Amino acid sequence: MNPREYRYTKEHEWICPAGDARGRMGITDYAQSQLGDIVYLDLPAPGTAVEQFEKMGEIESVKAVSDLFAPVSGQVVEVNQEAIDAPQLVNQDPYGAGWLVRLELSRPSELDALMSGEEYDQFVAQLSEEESSEGG
Amino acid sequence: MPLPYLPNTESERQAMLQELGVDSVEEFFKDVPEDFRNVPFRLPPPLSELELKKELRQLASRNANLDEYACFLGGGYYRHFIPSVVGHIIRRSEFYTPYTPYQPEVSQGTLQATYEYQSLICQLTGMEVSNAGLYDGSTAAAEAALMACRITGRDRISVLSTANPRYRRVIETYASGRDIQLNQVQPDLSNLPSDSACLIVQQPNFFGYLEEVDSYASRIHEVGALFIVIVDPISLGMFKPPGDYGADVVVAEGQPLGSPLSFGGPGLGIFACRREYLRQIPGRIVGQTVDAEGRPGYVLTLATREQHIKRERATSNICTNEALVALSAAVYLAALGRRGLRHIAELCYHKAHYAAEAITKLRGFSLVFQRPFFKEFVVRCPEEPRYINELLLQEKIIGGLDISHLIDRAMLLCVTEMNSRQEIDRLVEVLAKL
Amino acid sequence: MHRHYLLPDLSQPGKLGCTLPSLDVPPAELPPKELLREELGLPEVSEVELIRYFTHLSRLNYGVDTGFYPLGSCTMKYNPKWHEDVASLPGFASIHPYQPEESVQGALRLMFELQEYLAEITGMDAASLTPMAGAQGELSSLLMVKAYHRQRGNNSRRRILVPDSAHGTNPATAAMCGFEVSHVPSDREGNLDLKKLDQLMNEEVAALTLTLPTTLGLFDPRIIEISQLVHERGGLLCGDGANLNSLLGKVKFGDLGFDCVQLNLHKTFSAPHGGGGPGAGPVCVKKKLADFLPSPIVAKEGERYTLVSPAKSIGNLGAAFGNFGVMIKAYAYIRSLGAAGLREVSENAVLNANYLKEKLKDYYYLPYDRPCMHEVVFSGRRQKARGVKTLDIAKRLLDYGFHPPTIYFPQVVDEALMIEPTETESKQTLDAFIEAMKEIAREAENNPEVLHRAPHTTPVKRLDEAQAARKPLLRWEWQRNRGKP
Repeated sequence: MNPREYRYTKEHEWICPAGDARGRMGITDYAQSQLGDIVYLDLPAPGTAVEQFEKMGEIESVKAVSDLFAPVSGQVVEVNQEAIDAPQLVNQDPYGAGWLVRLELSRPSELDALMSGEEYDQFVAQLSEEESSEGG
Repeated sequence: MPLPYLPNTESERQAMLQELGVDSVEEFFKDVPEDFRNVPFRLPPPLSELELKKELRQLASRNANLDEYACFLGGGYYRHFIPSVVGHIIRRSEFYTPYTPYQPEVSQGTLQATYEYQSLICQLTGMEVSNAGLYDGSTAAAEAALMACRITGRDRISVLSTANPRYRRVIETYASGRDIQLNQVQPDLSNLPSDSACLIVQQPNFFGYLEEVDSYASRIHEVGALFIVIVDPISLGMFKPPGDYGADVVVAEGQPLGSPLSFGGPGLGIFACRREYLRQIPGRIVGQTVDAEGRPGYVLTLATREQHIKRERATSNICTNEALVALSAAVYLAALGRRGLRHIAELCYHKAHYAAEAITKLRGFSLVFQRPFFKEFVVRCPEEPRYINELLLQEKIIGGLDISHLIDRAMLLCVTEMNSRQEIDRLVEVLAKL
Repeated sequence: MHRHYLLPDLSQPGKLGCTLPSLDVPPAELPPKELLREELGLPEVSEVELIRYFTHLSRLNYGVDTGFYPLGSCTMKYNPKWHEDVASLPGFASIHPYQPEESVQGALRLMFELQEYLAEITGMDAASLTPMAGAQGELSSLLMVKAYHRQRGNNSRRRILVPDSAHGTNPATAAMCGFEVSHVPSDREGNLDLKKLDQLMNEEVAALTLTLPTTLGLFDPRIIEISQLVHERGGLLCGDGANLNSLLGKVKFGDLGFDCVQLNLHKTFSAPHGGGGPGAGPVCVKKKLADFLPSPIVAKEGERYTLVSPAKSIGNLGAAFGNFGVMIKAYAYIRSLGAAGLREVSENAVLNANYLKEKLKDYYYLPYDRPCMHEVVFSGRRQKARGVKTLDIAKRLLDYGFHPPTIYFPQVVDEALMIEPTETESKQTLDAFIEAMKEIAREAENNPEVLHRAPHTTPVKRLDEAQAARKPLLRWEWQRNRGKP
């Protein structure tokens, strides 16, 4: 379900590394379903430097606000203006048209610290299990 | 003990206890340590509605009420005309018995009325967006200052020296929570700190006269601060709204818009600002949308700013506000309309000037400020204002605010549309006898 | 089916909403033109249309006078009508806060006595009536905590502990006061996890803020231990009195070790909620905090009542003295009930909540199967397994003519449904509500679609909140060519 070639963070961001040490990032399907209808994106401006796992923005739904963490260190090259204008794109197509930020990676080796598609699938499966056993 | 608001009779209670399989309600209090359960409470014995109404009427009669006393007192709270339609509407229990409209499908009355309120406030102040109201004018000013600190990332609040001292105290109290400094600034802005998050200006100022605000916006924005204006909402019936002279945020005490004085509470904190600050605004906001069948409807929106979602990162901790007072303001503004509010403002203006002229002709009285004013003005008195007010009280007149601790032997007098010519003439007569 | 229109749709130049007197003094010279406004874009409507419009709006609302309103944590009890009448007596409504004190002795006396009653009810030594809502009451509590520690030279206490079940105002207030916030988890019984509290409670903590009973509607039986622990480690115990309705006339916060507590006159003490306000949030404190109370408070000197500022007051929370109009109603309530009546209130509130708990626990998942206090928290997780959310249950209740309970709070319960009946509901009403809830549980099994699309019978159907947040439309705009004579 989650694209295999992407890498994933524990905070449910994904990054799709492209050839030239750049990559698009966004939030996962699990994240968008947890948030509900997304209404507003607070993304860093192009040129902003980001650090791996540090907060770089916020995503607002009707009933929640979620911090957005940088999956890798680098610089913001581009933000997805289409998604900013129509945040529901992130709900509809979180891995494609709903991408958020394009980054230039300053330390591509950081990708090794992230989960693979399989690992992330397992991670999410475990979370869902924990959730249904609670409920109290 | 049977009570009119406890509908269950003893036998019904017994039936319920039986169904639950317990002997008495004490079963449900078992988690309370026994020593602290059912302790004695020293309170007066209960009385009936009839007896209490009598007692409370007597208590109320020990207050000099303004239906029987002429009032020339202002200072932030004002006696203004309240059309009867306001009371009839807010006393409808569909408006005053619900809570915050969390279930919008059954709260369209409150929500749409709030949308009207927000719109009317924007029209009045020249601002782009208004919230649904805060507690009162002073806390609205405090929240505006804190918002400015959040937006600019600075921790210094500057206040013009002619702003209401009570408002300054409230802002200080709110600022004391964080390490935020307060500065007083001269009306010529010569000592405006360049690291101010905002400059707060009251217009008309606390002393009733108008500041020369036209040059302020550029000077304030030059240092990267926000221009916050505290207004008298009635004055906006005739005077230029802050939106027209570059204000970023407008706050006000909304009590004059259709609410009784009520000894200072409840009031209404009007809060309006430029749209770019939308996600930083404290308090509730109502927005228009559509329902599942395409019908227009209203909901609380942008709730992610608020405490129940953002918790420690909320723009404010406010939850309950002054919704019914905001409704009063909306009805008031709708009842008066553009001509009515202008007329009320003009009545205040002309009557206040008539009074000022007559009083300052009396020996020992002089106008302290030679500046254009609206409905309040400061006079220097021949005696201590405290003493004059005692005499006035005996004549069933509430005199002006004693501000002799700020300016020697000075009194801040207020005249509104509620003061007839006879009342004003009588005030002058009594003062003449001093 | 209602027609939607707004004030600008009614407006026509020349319509009059109310008559006004003409000028009875010679006009003064107007100020310079640059100071005056050119346009005032307010609608003009006749009184007839105004009354019809707002009457029409009122009929779209559901209030406590309409029916059952079990909004958990809000205590939507019945608002006695004679309170409204006395609050509008001219002697109370038409007095200016800055009038000479000798001219408002009746008002000051009422406030003084209310201070005393609230202190007695909470088992505290002093009170301030100035906070205008519960959140402002919380603000004063934490500012007092800060001042208290500062006075003792204790500047390292920068943290406030709150339970994970706390109302959002608790951490929001702590942040406003410059504190860091740490959450203390609840244990499996819904009580505060004492082990975790033991770990977290140290010299960096200024206070623990606790709602009692908790937002889960449960009374923590180890409250004495909790207060002792907090005090031993040099902290203060602040109470959030939102749930006082379960303890009225039976238990005192002061006895349990609380140092301060804020109350909600618009919840526990029967003042109406007003569609979101006004409220009043007085704060009551033990002697050790009395000097720090927010100003002013009412003192009695001989036979005279006067406003005073406590010696080390944290400051002022408003330009006057609190919401006097709300205080009158709380005062009237306490005087009409007395100690015995207050006790009836809490006992009936608790009985009603336990009745609902027992009758509904076979239909909705009860996370904590133990006696509750004045409110009970269910979870919609059984229905969630059928694809029905608590939101859907709430919306369907509207079709049955009931206001829904509080939903999705507290956050520690998944799909939370918090039901607070209050004592002013009859067994018949409770039984009708129970029947409706059972029916909805059946619908969740057999016909979930009707729940997904609910409500069906309200003036508007389910509203698009996402759109409202994405494209905020927050006011109408006056067209330029309107409003000219």
